[in-house]
Amino acid sequence: MVQLTEFEAGLAAGEGTPAQKIAIGVVVKIAEVMGAERLLEASSAHIDSCLYHGLAGLEFAEMLASGGGEVAIPSTLNVSSLDLLHPELYRGDAETAAQARRLMDAYEAMGCRPTWTCAPYQLAERPGLGDQIVWAESNAIVFANSALGARTNRYGDFIDICSAITGRVPAAGLHLDEPRLATTEIRFDGVADDVLDSELLYAVLGHISGEVLDNEVAVISGLPPGVSEDRIKALGAAAASSGAVALIHLAGSTPEAPDTHTALGGRTPQRVIDVSMPQLDEARSVLSTQVSGPLAAVNMGTPHASLSELEELAEAFRGETVKCEVYVSTGRDVLAAATARGWEDDLTNSGVKIVTDTCTYITPIVEAKAGVLMTNSAKWAFYAPTNLGMDVAFGSTRDCIDSALAGEIVLSGDWGE
Amino acid sequence: MSDQRLLVDGEAAGELVVLEEPLSFWGGLDAESGEIIDVRHPQLGTNIAGKIVAMAHGRGSSSSASVLAEAIRAGNGPSGIVLGEPDEIVVLGSLVAALLYETSCPVVVVDADVYGTLVSGDIAIISASGVVVQT
Repeated sequence: MVQLTEFEAGLAAGEGTPAQKIAIGVVVKIAEVMGAERLLEASSAHIDSCLYHGLAGLEFAEMLASGGGEVAIPSTLNVSSLDLLHPELYRGDAETAAQARRLMDAYEAMGCRPTWTCAPYQLAERPGLGDQIVWAESNAIVFANSALGARTNRYGDFIDICSAITGRVPAAGLHLDEPRLATTEIRFDGVADDVLDSELLYAVLGHISGEVLDNEVAVISGLPPGVSEDRIKALGAAAASSGAVALIHLAGSTPEAPDTHTALGGRTPQRVIDVSMPQLDEARSVLSTQVSGPLAAVNMGTPHASLSELEELAEAFRGETVKCEVYVSTGRDVLAAATARGWEDDLTNSGVKIVTDTCTYITPIVEAKAGVLMTNSAKWAFYAPTNLGMDVAFGSTRDCIDSALAGEIVLSGDWGE
Repeated sequence: MSDQRLLVDGEAAGELVVLEEPLSFWGGLDAESGEIIDVRHPQLGTNIAGKIVAMAHGRGSSSSASVLAEAIRAGNGPSGIVLGEPDEIVVLGSLVAALLYETSCPVVVVDADVYGTLVSGDIAIISASGVVVQT
């Protein structure tokens, strides 16, 4: 039984708007499922439901919007199915596009910020240590919990907007102290320092973590301290694709893990997982369904490229010409910052296509229908074979740049930079 | 009776499809046909429309509740779902479809003893008292 405050009970009794009544009903139902005894006030939301999957999602949003639905807390919007800034890139049918647009409009009408990004943690205003938030989008959830120390469960469609309208989340799971402590330790066995400091490691380690972890919180020990946000992003996105990871501490890098001992709450780990070099090599190769053949397109920016990633790509492509389709996905706010620095011109002059508001594995953008798609994202590599029905080669950012400039697949065999 | 809990009310009867591995509805279920389309899933090609689907636990993308609700709306969803542990995404998909379209896709969570007896092809009946299987 969930204990409601007077305000919450009032919403449930219909004393607010029809949308508030529906929304509190959904939140309370999920609180019951999670075994929560009460609700907590949330300070911000990130909404995934704005990505179009059919009429049901659209009609739910319009039911809330027409019922006076309005978000009670600052709420950002995840990617949609459309790129509003580069509409010419969309290759899907017009009817789906129209429905997708209606869905986006409904969420904007409820007061959500039209950020259209899967990386809301790259926005200027973002939550901090201990903040109770309701975030959907699996990569954003891991990042918020792990890198920012903000508190969210693995929320998804419908509960996101219902929590945003009521400003309430179930007092359960990762909103509480105890469930945030690691019970599992991931270590390395015979992995050289230069591998531990390589870009590729983070996506591959994330992929392994998602596969080996059940519904548990782990701490990774043995990584160099101060792992960058871009690398934590790659790790978390991979772990939330191959598995259901919501929080993973990096000893020496993330706020609740100054060291392994603290992340474990001073206890002995219930489970210790040693990751070996052969395992890393295996996971790296599993992420590719094909490593040779004609290169169809290169896809980077999943999750959305950060400003530092755009800088790296702008430097690599400046004055060069790409020899195949190359897409870089990013958020419109980050792009605006990159444009101001001249990096958008560097990229587009070389033939790179910039995608905002959406991503190349969730909506029809890639032109090529045959050949191998290349990516530096474990998440993209995980979903694209099913979503796009084509083979994928996974490599480092350097591999992707080299391949784009050569017009053929270039995969470096080593792990170094 | 073993421990069972109805997470979404309703009644359903149908052939069981026991998922051998967790399925993400998003990217894994075609809402326009009810077919499993995840190329990595061992039951690729199996159609779950009108079936009672058993899943030990959810696996899922944030978008999975939308895809489940859409499959139910289109008449291609399962007629009921048996879970090995509570799963919010499954509950949300069924709940929202019911709010909008007065559809019924009851969701019941059962303990490991009961879950272990479920076999694809058997007939399962979900009611207010839980799930009963006729072998």
